[in-house]
Amino acid sequence: MRKLAVSDEILLTIDKPARYIGNEYNMVVKNPKEVDVRFCMCFPDVYEIGMSHLGIQILYDMFNKREDVYCERVYSPWPDMDRAMREHKIPLFALESQDPVKAFDFLGITLQYEMCYTNILQILELSGIPFYATDRSEEDPIVIGGGPCAYNPEPIADFFDIFYIGEGETKYDELLDAYKEMKKNGASRREILEGLAQIEGIYVPQFYEVSYKDDGTIETFKAVNQYAPERIVRQAVTDVTNSSYPEKPLVPLMRVTQDRVVLEIQRGCIRGCRFCQAGMLYRPIRERDVNRLKELADKMLEATGQEEISLSSLSSSDYTDLKELVYYLIDECGSKGVNISLPSLRIDAFALDVMSKVQDIRKSSLTFAPEAGSQRMRNVINKGLTEEVILKGAMDAFRGGWNRVKLYFMLGLPTETEEDIEQIAVLSDRIAREYYTIPKDERNGKVQIVSSTSFFVPKPFTPFQWTRMATPEEFLQKQRFLKGKMKEQLNAKSIKYNWHEVELSALEGLLARGDRKLSKVIMDAYKDGCMFDSWSEYFVYEKWMRALENNHLDINFYTARERSYDEILPWDFIDIKVSKKFLEREYEQAKKAVVTPNCRQNCSGCGAAVFSGTKCGSGR
Amino acid sequence: MIKARIKFEKTGSMKFIGHLDVMRYFQKALKRAKIDVGYSEGFNPHQLMSFASPLGLGLTSCGEYLDLQLKSVTSSEDIVKRLNDVMSEELRVLDFKVLPEDAKTSMSILAACDYKITLRQGYHLWENFRQELDAFLGNDTILFTKKTKKSTKEVDLKQSLYEYKIDYEAEEFSLFMQVTSGSVFNVKPELYLQAFYESKGMEYSPFTFEIHRLEMYADTNAKKGEVNMNGSDKKRVLQPLSEFGETVS
Repeated sequence: MRKLAVSDEILLTIDKPARYIGNEYNMVVKNPKEVDVRFCMCFPDVYEIGMSHLGIQILYDMFNKREDVYCERVYSPWPDMDRAMREHKIPLFALESQDPVKAFDFLGITLQYEMCYTNILQILELSGIPFYATDRSEEDPIVIGGGPCAYNPEPIADFFDIFYIGEGETKYDELLDAYKEMKKNGASRREILEGLAQIEGIYVPQFYEVSYKDDGTIETFKAVNQYAPERIVRQAVTDVTNSSYPEKPLVPLMRVTQDRVVLEIQRGCIRGCRFCQAGMLYRPIRERDVNRLKELADKMLEATGQEEISLSSLSSSDYTDLKELVYYLIDECGSKGVNISLPSLRIDAFALDVMSKVQDIRKSSLTFAPEAGSQRMRNVINKGLTEEVILKGAMDAFRGGWNRVKLYFMLGLPTETEEDIEQIAVLSDRIAREYYTIPKDERNGKVQIVSSTSFFVPKPFTPFQWTRMATPEEFLQKQRFLKGKMKEQLNAKSIKYNWHEVELSALEGLLARGDRKLSKVIMDAYKDGCMFDSWSEYFVYEKWMRALENNHLDINFYTARERSYDEILPWDFIDIKVSKKFLEREYEQAKKAVVTPNCRQNCSGCGAAVFSGTKCGSGR
Repeated sequence: MIKARIKFEKTGSMKFIGHLDVMRYFQKALKRAKIDVGYSEGFNPHQLMSFASPLGLGLTSCGEYLDLQLKSVTSSEDIVKRLNDVMSEELRVLDFKVLPEDAKTSMSILAACDYKITLRQGYHLWENFRQELDAFLGNDTILFTKKTKKSTKEVDLKQSLYEYKIDYEAEEFSLFMQVTSGSVFNVKPELYLQAFYESKGMEYSPFTFEIHRLEMYADTNAKKGEVNMNGSDKKRVLQPLSEFGETVS
């Protein structure tokens, strides 16, 4: 029988013990004594969220294909388990072997959103690993971070030994080989870090020093170790068809957020929406061959017994062979009782045909993400979706029997005016009006429009990285204004308006474009009890404000300040191979509300072509 | 559709997996094993399956039952093997039988369960515990106050205690019990221990004992909705749920 790290008494007292026992189907079992490198992969949020993440499944599978490596997993213990572990002095353990995390060679933490930063400190503390990289000894694992937030690692730089900048499939083999060799030769922690710093895409923060001007902006950012390169270049897969992909993904024992097989059809996006970080970070578009996808779908469904398969990409409609793939899946899955989930699909005739085949029209709703209400605003953000297209899609869907529509918008976009905000309400209403042009006997009851707004948070490596973010007060004013306008609409009763929490967005804005000075703020907030900040029931804004104040830092310096092009941004030392010149050009075009054609229409020379297979933009 | 019944065991760390998750586990395992399960109609078809009785979180068992409707069947041996090839070591299929066409679901015919109760590692009992418990269970009535959110109700647990035996030979404490189960009336075995501790004026700690379900029975002499507890006019004829069908070779 498997020995568990936690006693029955604790597991039967806390909520959802299945989070902590491992033993998922397709879990990899190895003898830790027979491997050279033990890697513990962490998603710093609760199990159900972490288990839904594709990136970890890819790396878990890829690492474990190596005989000399045993990759295990750990997730953030929920506050009830956190308390029990502290009370009974149970060190944080990996799910597979149930061994303490501290016994591993590496602790890899994926950084998917800024609001998980305090959870990183929880993971370190429960593991018994010193918070600061420079305090760690030979006994401690090497703490390595990766994922989208690693593209501005500065606010959490002090807590990490290494950041991996780029897609995991590219350099990890080299990194593991180098580590294994150095460990065998008895290298010290410092020697190992110096060795790894020489691998492309690897950033060792303690080998760099930052100095600041009186106004708080960066004066210099310099490498202070001879092995540390001045610039860190993003690593990206060029051939996604032949890159490693899990054919036997883990199947959780309990219900998780995304309880399905995930098929990543492509990486990158041709659209170039100016607010979208992923659209820049994962350039260029790289499509996975349709035959490989069919093979993967079959294998994964067979190996998991999952009842749903979901296509994953930033914009599925742009995948060249989408029709072929989707109709194949409908034929294959339908006969096997498997559902198909198709997020990020542009509503057109094909999408409606597919949706009518895979879901119950009466229960499902249509989703549009215009992101902005006015055409001017959509031009500013380069969202190539026109009102005409939205109305036509909605009308086709209404005629097909749908009567529920979800709309997603952002408030606080650069150059936004009240007129732009009002157009959110007007567009919502116009869709409802379209519905009522259908004769009564041909409609399916009343129309329901759900319009949601989130607050725009500027992100590094986007054309809006320099832009001023609105303050919470301004956001609230915009939201109240819109609420009022929604009520003025003819079909106000058919429109439901939802909005996001403003304080969470403010914090996200702070951390997204923060610098190294923020590490103390994160630490103080954590010490003050902040954890699971992305969970509204645990998020306490006041504690964060107190932590900022105690460190004499002003949130508006980081959020509500227009940066100049010559300012050294905290993430400037990272070269994502999308040039700063291109981002600058895009910001200027945005201010003029001029759209930039997508990658398939015309190459804009962003620089990411170095990672494309053959013809950049084609995806092939 | 062919009606069939699977008997399975749940051991080790799987005891931390709740009933709904066990159901989902089987849904996926049946797919992995390519068992030809029947589906319900509609946009979200689900496999036609039902469990005899949910096993509480923390309990282990070697006598769980799952009824299925299948479109085709190979052999019992093949189906057991195919399932076990794609299931956890701690969730094993023990038996597969095809039921008669008119068979009722195990959930509807369940009448009694066997349990084995042992002492959890690290816990201790007082010296004459076995004798005292034996005497308590031997009383003519075992009154127990069932507390729910809305009301408190006094019940006599003796009526639903069909058999019990304390093992005096074994070094460690071990109690066998057979109690009423099913959709009409269901008793949890720990109620007897709880009643015993309360009779001593002591607090019952739910972690002292480990509970293991051994077997489930139907009463072939009972009509639909009828429960023949102790003291009833009718004689109980208990038959394990696995004995209602045929092994297919």
